[in-house]
Amino acid sequence: MREAMDPWTFVVASYAVGVGATATMVLWSLLSMRRAEKRRDEARKR
Amino acid sequence: MHGFANPARFLRIARWLMPLCMGAGIVVAAAALGWGLFLAPAERLQGETVRIVYLHVPAAWLGMAGWMGIAAASFTELVWRHPLAGIAARACAVPGAVFTAVCLVTGSLWGRPAWGTWWVWDGRLTSMLVLLFLYFGWMALSQASEASDGGQGAGRAPAIFGLVGAVNIPIIHYSVIWWNSQHQAPSITMGKSAMAGAFLWPLLIAMLGFTLIFAGCVLARMRAILADRQAEARLRRKALSEAEF
Repeated sequence: MREAMDPWTFVVASYAVGVGATATMVLWSLLSMRRAEKRRDEARKR
Repeated sequence: MHGFANPARFLRIARWLMPLCMGAGIVVAAAALGWGLFLAPAERLQGETVRIVYLHVPAAWLGMAGWMGIAAASFTELVWRHPLAGIAARACAVPGAVFTAVCLVTGSLWGRPAWGTWWVWDGRLTSMLVLLFLYFGWMALSQASEASDGGQGAGRAPAIFGLVGAVNIPIIHYSVIWWNSQHQAPSITMGKSAMAGAFLWPLLIAMLGFTLIFAGCVLARMRAILADRQAEARLRRKALSEAEF
């Protein structure tokens, strides 16, 4: 006999993966952009 | 289009367009996911697990759109040698790979309750996995090419790889039509939909929201790569001028 699965476990896990990965990518894109532009501005000042 | 290939003009536009895309995308995607999670109805056969569609389909679309962006930028780089084309291709790679991975993981999480298995080696799933490996290969080749030409551009080899890899996109799209598949046939095609409005609207809004986030990330990556190259060029010029004296 197959045990009944709770569908919400799969829904919540999917949202956690999707939202977590998107949020991480957004933060990484913004931080790497800020770091690179700061480095360029410092190179211009030298 | 050639006008946008000027890095200074691109930066002027990207400075206001990037936060606009990112901010609007986050608001629209959050609203669509809230709608899909709490307000949209459960489906008659799939029950509550249908709510995964509001993440899975936008991720699949953007995984493929990312590679189409790489292919278009590669073509532009090979034919017109636009200075920003190689940068645009590099900027599409990470967001495209992330959304492809999200599509595969959410699809697997959907497959377990819907099909009774996490994974099947059918046309749709396998061609999507191939796309993820193509992204990894493209990123490795692009990085190697960048290191060998001293950071002057993405290079010809990644551009050719980007164009050749685009053959996988129609294979992904038509896989469920060409071969017997566990995966369902397309629910949304040009001009018509097999989905009821209660599922379709939050899905379309989620696709818009995630597309705006994707565009914001690509613009932010382009600004980062451009700034890195400008800093490198300035430091190299300075080192050369100091060596002359």
